[in-house]
Amino acid sequence: MQDFVQHLINGVSLGSIYALIALGYTMVYGILKMINFAHSDVYMVGAFAAYYFARWIGIENDPGLSTLLTLIVVSMICCSLLGLVIERLAYRPLRNSPKLNVLITAIGVSLFLEYSGQVVFGADPKVFPEVMKDFVIFSIGNVEVRSFDVTVLVVGLLAMLALQFLLFKTKIGRAMRAVSANPMVASLMGVNPDRIIAFTFVVGSSLAGVGSVLVGMKYPKIDPLMGMMIGLKAFVAAVLGGIGNVGGAVLGAMIMGLSEEMVVAYLSSTYRDALAFGILIVILIFKPAGLLGKYSVEKV
Amino acid sequence: MKAFKNPALALLGLCLLGVALNFSVNAYIQLILLFAGVNCLLSMSLNLVNGYTGQFSLGHAGFMAIGAYFSAYASTRWSFAPSSLLVVQYFVFTLGAGLVAAVAGFLVGLPSLRLKGDYLAIVTLGFGEIIRVALLNMDFVGGPRGLSGIPGFGSFLWSFAFASLWIVICFFTIWRVMHSSHGRGFLSVREDEIAAEAMGINTTRMKVKAFVLSSFFAGVAGALFAHFTNFINPSSFTFLQSVNAVIMVVLGGMGSMTGSIVAAIIITVLPEALRPLQELTGVDLRMVIYSLSLVLMMILRPKGLFGDMELSDVWRKYVRRSA
Amino acid sequence: MKNLFVALLLVLPLLSGCTKKENEIVIGEYDSLTGSDATFGLSTNKGVRLALDEINAAGGVKGKKISLVTLDDQGKNEEAASATTRLITQNNVVAILGGVASGRSKAAAPIAQSHGVPFVSPASTNPDVTKAGDYVFRVCFIDPFQGLVMAKFASENLKVKKAAILRDVKNDYSVGLADVFSAEFKKRGGEIVADLSYQAGDIDFKAQLTQIRSKNPDAIYIPGYYTEVGLIAQQARQLGLKVPLMGGDGWDSDKLYEIGKDAINGNYYSNHYTTESTDPAVTEFIKKFKAKYSETPDALAALGYDAAKILVAAIERAPDLSGKAIRDELAKTKDFPGVTGKISLNENRDAVKSAVVIQVDGNNRKFITTITP
Repeated sequence: MQDFVQHLINGVSLGSIYALIALGYTMVYGILKMINFAHSDVYMVGAFAAYYFARWIGIENDPGLSTLLTLIVVSMICCSLLGLVIERLAYRPLRNSPKLNVLITAIGVSLFLEYSGQVVFGADPKVFPEVMKDFVIFSIGNVEVRSFDVTVLVVGLLAMLALQFLLFKTKIGRAMRAVSANPMVASLMGVNPDRIIAFTFVVGSSLAGVGSVLVGMKYPKIDPLMGMMIGLKAFVAAVLGGIGNVGGAVLGAMIMGLSEEMVVAYLSSTYRDALAFGILIVILIFKPAGLLGKYSVEKV
Repeated sequence: MKAFKNPALALLGLCLLGVALNFSVNAYIQLILLFAGVNCLLSMSLNLVNGYTGQFSLGHAGFMAIGAYFSAYASTRWSFAPSSLLVVQYFVFTLGAGLVAAVAGFLVGLPSLRLKGDYLAIVTLGFGEIIRVALLNMDFVGGPRGLSGIPGFGSFLWSFAFASLWIVICFFTIWRVMHSSHGRGFLSVREDEIAAEAMGINTTRMKVKAFVLSSFFAGVAGALFAHFTNFINPSSFTFLQSVNAVIMVVLGGMGSMTGSIVAAIIITVLPEALRPLQELTGVDLRMVIYSLSLVLMMILRPKGLFGDMELSDVWRKYVRRSA
Repeated sequence: MKNLFVALLLVLPLLSGCTKKENEIVIGEYDSLTGSDATFGLSTNKGVRLALDEINAAGGVKGKKISLVTLDDQGKNEEAASATTRLITQNNVVAILGGVASGRSKAAAPIAQSHGVPFVSPASTNPDVTKAGDYVFRVCFIDPFQGLVMAKFASENLKVKKAAILRDVKNDYSVGLADVFSAEFKKRGGEIVADLSYQAGDIDFKAQLTQIRSKNPDAIYIPGYYTEVGLIAQQARQLGLKVPLMGGDGWDSDKLYEIGKDAINGNYYSNHYTTESTDPAVTEFIKKFKAKYSETPDALAALGYDAAKILVAAIERAPDLSGKAIRDELAKTKDFPGVTGKISLNENRDAVKSAVVIQVDGNNRKFITTITP
């Protein structure tokens, strides 16, 4: 029983990590209907930005809330700038191209960031600065709830709520939904789709920035290929929940985290990754738009 | 017999080219050419699904892996032909590799091809990863250690002839299929699925057919790859390998057979051609250049090198007219 | 214009073949300088370059300077194959230093064998690598030995009765060590209570560790690389797993302690040499390495250094620069005073040397015991 509770906690904490990154995928997909493969590499750049900034102003050994907030802000700024640049240079020229071209461009950008990261930052892993002290909040027997797990979960949920608010309660959110529904009509209504899409990238990328610092805090090892696996998983989570749906991303991430955990606990650790994809496939076959996605029948 | 005239001529031409290459270039360039042959098969077969049928598959490496492992396992364990007829044996194993991959393609395609667009891409990606993880965990094929000591074809000439044979088979099979009623069916699925359905075409069935044929040749490509490198392990068949295949298709032009071939050759040769750069600069910038040129290509020439035209069309349109 | 560019690209590789100079001996090296194994490839490369710089500074061999051509394999088997072929046919190297991963060596070594070019692998531990033929050598332990060493150490020195294994299933090195450890540990009367796996690149291992915790082992064997082990140690301690962790030479790096911090302290791994050694070969090497790269060398750097030194020694002894002559001298390597121990190459062309067990103690690596084959 104790182990089960521990697995539950582990799974939720892993799921909240996925959720932070899945939200970025889902944002961009929701508005642009494109898989932004480079998202996980923007996240990687965010982690390195925080790492170098902390070393530059000398707060890498100075854990505390102020360090955490500083680094999050720095990382958010760097990521959103990078997101803007990518959108402007690589994606905007392809706005009206077939989907496959956009996807390949995204893969190209992703490879570019990964490999130039290896040249610029070096391929060896770096140790992320200690931004906060981890401590046990409460424990029952063997089972402990730690501050990092709670922080990541809370931030993930807050980000989800903030996105919901942004999308459904603000003017720019309405514009975003309009562009998502039909960019042409939206522009007739006085919305500038280019600006809205750029804004979407800023929001999505700054989420990656937040994620990178929190993941770096929890798993203090960063390297230029760190985004690859976690990005793939987070992306799968977003699809699982119904890509484009903010709540779905978090739900999908939680399912993903918990199922990975339970697979190791009760089935087999060797098939961990395979089963994660297996679950995705089964769900997509029965619910082709993901758990919370709306399945729309094509009409002529 | 007439139907075999063009394929036979093509094969003959390629074999003559092989003889010429055998004496004129060194082992390094020969090896790259063999890899280019494997990539040609990969891109032509994926073109059938991505280019002609308009379905987006990201799991091609998985089928390649199945073929590679089948042929590698078979040729290290079983032997039925006398040594003078080894070529026949290889042909049977490669054919078997293709068939096994085709069965896998059927099993994967049947449920997943009901999905569309990005969802299909993700599901095929998932299947590709599942195949790789499964191979990592199977002890009888070596797990992460892979299979080593896979017999090759002996000489470059034989390898090249064998690759040529399969390229010719693949090219003309797909070509003929695309010019039959099946091919029209594939194209109709790509152009407008709803209209195709309205015309009484079972679209899912069409997609599965294309997918199975494509998997078959991916399996063959895998088998050739295994025999050319003499060693395989699961890390040769990652997600990036699938992406590479998609890149070749898009670069060549969706729905252009000759485009796929040209793109496969470019994609294989480019990283090797950039090696001197590494010797000069000391850092390996090949992937940086590769990814940048990919992005530029998509922006500047979004339809790929040839669009949906063939090399002969391009020739007629640009070269002959200007002459 | 575009055509010109393509033509240029096609011609470039042909041109670059003509760089051989008369007063130079060219040695080829392929390694993962980019890709997911790059950090290990770069380490090996540092060791190799240090060795060759030293030799050149001392006047080279046979009155000639040695030049090194390093090609990248991006961590792909087929790239290793084409890089090796390129080194042999375009760069006309006299011998090849292979990369880290056994997989790549298995793709590359047969090529070197068929061209009759000696191939020395610094760190490919899989037993099958040197079976490619009589031109293929290695200077590291093979999987069975390190597994044996830690099984022996666990049952004799640590008196472990129940052990758990956490292996990197993507990595043949890790799987090899784990298999041998498991077999040997059982033979010594121990019990393997859990045998779980992760994949290199994972960051969360709590699922596996919670599972291991429920089985109450006395020690955990984690034959992975320091890139993951640091995180594993931290998460194990967070879960209250206080039992000793054990590993192989993949742990040997400054980064292990930087990532793992206090959690990794007091744990054991098998290695080729100890930084506490007073052997001049070792102290000199560490001093020079620190001076050149300002970091402590890890195991792979030491192996790269030794591989290069052994190869050059064989070239020096060989009557001429033919592959056969160098091969014959390599096979005669006996009691070579390397950094990673006194190295002899046996009839299988594998290195025979003793291993040491190291305890992590902050940035120091405390010597515990030597175990001979």
